[in-house]
Amino acid sequence: MTAQRSDNGSRQIDEAVAVRGLVKRYDEVEAVRGVEFDVHAGETFGFLGPNGAGKSTTINMLCTLVRPTAGSALVAGHDVVRERDQVRRNIGLVFQDTTLDGYMTAEQNMHLHAELYGVSHEGLAQRMRAVMEMVGLWDRRGSLVNTFSGGMKRRLEIARGLLHSPRVLFLDEPTVGLDPQTRSSIWEYLQTLQDEEETTMFLTTHYMDEAEYCDRIAIIDQGRIVALDTPAALKAEVGTDRIQISTDDDAATIDALRERFGLDARLAEGKVTFGVASGEQFVPRLFELGLPIGSVSVARPSLDDVFLSFTGKTIRDAEESNTEMRRHMARIMSR
Amino acid sequence: MATEAATTRERALERGGGPEVAPVRVPARSLHSELRAIRVVWKRELIRFRSDRLRIITSLTQPFLFLFVLGTGLSSLASAGTHGVNFKTFVYPGVLCMAVMFTAMFSAASIVWDREFGFLREMMVAPVRRSSIVLGKCLGGATVAGFQGLIVISIAGIVNVPYAPTLLLEIFGLQLLLAFAITAFGMTAAARMTQMQSFMAVMQMAIMPMFFISGALFSVASLPPWLTILNRIDPLTYAVDPMRRAIFAHMHISKSAVHALAPGVTWWGWRVPGLLEAGVIALLGLVLLSIAIWEFSRAE
Repeated sequence: MTAQRSDNGSRQIDEAVAVRGLVKRYDEVEAVRGVEFDVHAGETFGFLGPNGAGKSTTINMLCTLVRPTAGSALVAGHDVVRERDQVRRNIGLVFQDTTLDGYMTAEQNMHLHAELYGVSHEGLAQRMRAVMEMVGLWDRRGSLVNTFSGGMKRRLEIARGLLHSPRVLFLDEPTVGLDPQTRSSIWEYLQTLQDEEETTMFLTTHYMDEAEYCDRIAIIDQGRIVALDTPAALKAEVGTDRIQISTDDDAATIDALRERFGLDARLAEGKVTFGVASGEQFVPRLFELGLPIGSVSVARPSLDDVFLSFTGKTIRDAEESNTEMRRHMARIMSR
Repeated sequence: MATEAATTRERALERGGGPEVAPVRVPARSLHSELRAIRVVWKRELIRFRSDRLRIITSLTQPFLFLFVLGTGLSSLASAGTHGVNFKTFVYPGVLCMAVMFTAMFSAASIVWDREFGFLREMMVAPVRRSSIVLGKCLGGATVAGFQGLIVISIAGIVNVPYAPTLLLEIFGLQLLLAFAITAFGMTAAARMTQMQSFMAVMQMAIMPMFFISGALFSVASLPPWLTILNRIDPLTYAVDPMRRAIFAHMHISKSAVHALAPGVTWWGWRVPGLLEAGVIALLGLVLLSIAIWEFSRAE
């Protein structure tokens, strides 16, 4: 399946994206600290991590919008620094914020894109219809984009990103800011497109449930990739169920767990959290501790646990600390 | 997972989006692809302008206020010095330039909107030269402003300006040059601005002094030295002056009136020919365009 689709520029390659030792430094801050990964052609590859982990910076470097400080990246076989235009012609982009012209119709936006990208006229009309039908907007092609809902705009952006038959479609948080129903419909469209177009998709997300849709995911934290595999393999690697207890005395509980069961419990999301091989059987033993326990929850390993086991914190906690760090930095900068 | 995918596909088929979506080709970058980009950015300006009828009207109010209210009101006061020439005829070239300037500025301003609303990014990531984008935008702004100028030209008869084909062509050409230069100026200013308010403030600060100093409302002869210097620096001077001279040349006006009202711009006593004045505007436009291109090429 790999090298079958011809490149918009005639070269044939195997890996859709190949990244080696990529670094981005902003003055003092190292946003991306030497990431390495490959994305195979036709694959859906997810970058999972909290806000501020370096996802957007990485995607911006791959899309030639930000110049790497060090390292190299090939996208569709072209170097993101030396062959910027070649890369741009072979990628489609869907950003977090809309980049549509709201005062033009959906169709006018699509036309403008085709002209800007210099798409050959042959087959263009059919293609435009096909991609717009794929996202269910063909009937609304004559409407001004300003009359569209957030979900419709995002769908139109996806269709537009696909118009010039890119080899790789980059989606930066494609469903952020949308309601759950719209989010799942966007994913439906993306999967349809995956089936029909075999486009390689590279996306970033901080939603655990969305990462499940990916063929492979890279977990990124503080500018580094801490794990990279299929969602199933990552979950298998954790191997344990997650137990969360709320108690009146967290410290005593953590100590007791260590003494009695040799478990390494941590405080996450305000609850004492730890992993054991079979959760349900363990719960009754908890009461041997004789501590006042408010509630207990047991969960099968999820990507949340994967994140927890690789970074020592849950993704929500990581986000809070990142937000705090940013606030702290903003305070320093404004002085 | 597999069944889920199948149902999605079935749904897609029901919608009519068949799986046989043929990919399109993106040929290598060439002059042709750059020209296509310039044309589509230009076309977008026209589409936007056409759908914004309010803007067509609002950007004409100020010039018409100057022409009909100020022009009529000052007529009696000015009659002593106009040698029998209608004061409205005298201010007409300045008012035309003003209409063109406002429209051109608004066109350039749209790039600040584009940045605020994200659309600029769509253009910036396209596999074309930034210069094509900037050029398309400038040409678009000039076309739109030129159209606005055409409306003002069409009412020339009301203020006694004759509808002579050569004269109209001359005026039209000059205002088109001015429109291009002003759009380029606006683009240069907009390159670094992220907020509409600050852009509008800067534009107000630039346009009104340019208008007043240019001699749109007075004759450029026998001004005090400080104003003469400012007047010769003001680029708008070189648009208003040749226009007024052309209009007067097509009317039956006494030599003394022409001498007093449209003496022509002088550099150290040398009278600058109209063609050179047009050249000044064109050169200015090209310089500003280059700066705008440079600004946008290094950004982001």
